[in-house]
Amino acid sequence: MDKQKYAKLVKESSPGSNVAVNCLRAFFVGGTICLMGQIFKNALLAANMQQDDASLVTAMILIVIAVLFTGVGLYSKLGSFAGAGSVVPITGFANAITAPAIEFKKEGLVMGVGAKMFLVAGPVLVYGTMASVIVGLFYYFLGGR
Amino acid sequence: MTLFWAFIIGGLICVIGQLLIDLTKLTPARILVIFVVAGCFLSGIGVYQHIVDFAGAGALVPLPGFGHVLAQGTKKAVNERGLLGVVTGGFTAMAGGVTVAVVVGYLIAMVSKPKGDAR
Repeated sequence: MDKQKYAKLVKESSPGSNVAVNCLRAFFVGGTICLMGQIFKNALLAANMQQDDASLVTAMILIVIAVLFTGVGLYSKLGSFAGAGSVVPITGFANAITAPAIEFKKEGLVMGVGAKMFLVAGPVLVYGTMASVIVGLFYYFLGGR
Repeated sequence: MTLFWAFIIGGLICVIGQLLIDLTKLTPARILVIFVVAGCFLSGIGVYQHIVDFAGAGALVPLPGFGHVLAQGTKKAVNERGLLGVVTGGFTAMAGGVTVAVVVGYLIAMVSKPKGDAR
């Protein structure tokens, strides 16, 4: 009876604790990627770069690192540990562009690499563009210009 | 101090993503779309800039930060070019990041072997 009760307890509690563990991993890996970004950005600002340019170059550095990690197969290893911690930062976007480009190389340079690069990035760009146009229209007609 | 908040806020935004993955049936691709659109609208109404002001890269590096860049780029373009800026601002703002990702991603794809684990 005790054993059954225990087994039941484990079954009930494990999905919840899995979520907690996943969140903790996502927090540390995602936070660390952002921390790296801030360190790069501080260095660029210290080199007299302007705010916007420093932000952009920081994103570019992170993107290049993520693409290189993807190329040698390390980013998917990080992903299986970190979950959303590796998906949500801009590095996840770079990975989402590079990984399918590598996998679908055998389908050709145009419909393989060229098309599949935007398998996940495409929807992000489509809806990001739609949202930016909506924001722009509101700003133009209602904004305090 | 920005370093500390970059870690905390960046981590928390990723936790929101993890909760969406674990507790809903949303795929990572859908979550990325939701994050970018949410970041764009939050930035449009002026909320996201406040998070960026104290969390720096913690707010800029996660995907909502990409939406923020789209919204701010569009506003800037509207200020400079009026209605034309509505359709040029977004792409102009994301040009640098997307071009680097496409060019470097393409080159790396040419020299990498498939691993059978594409998402």
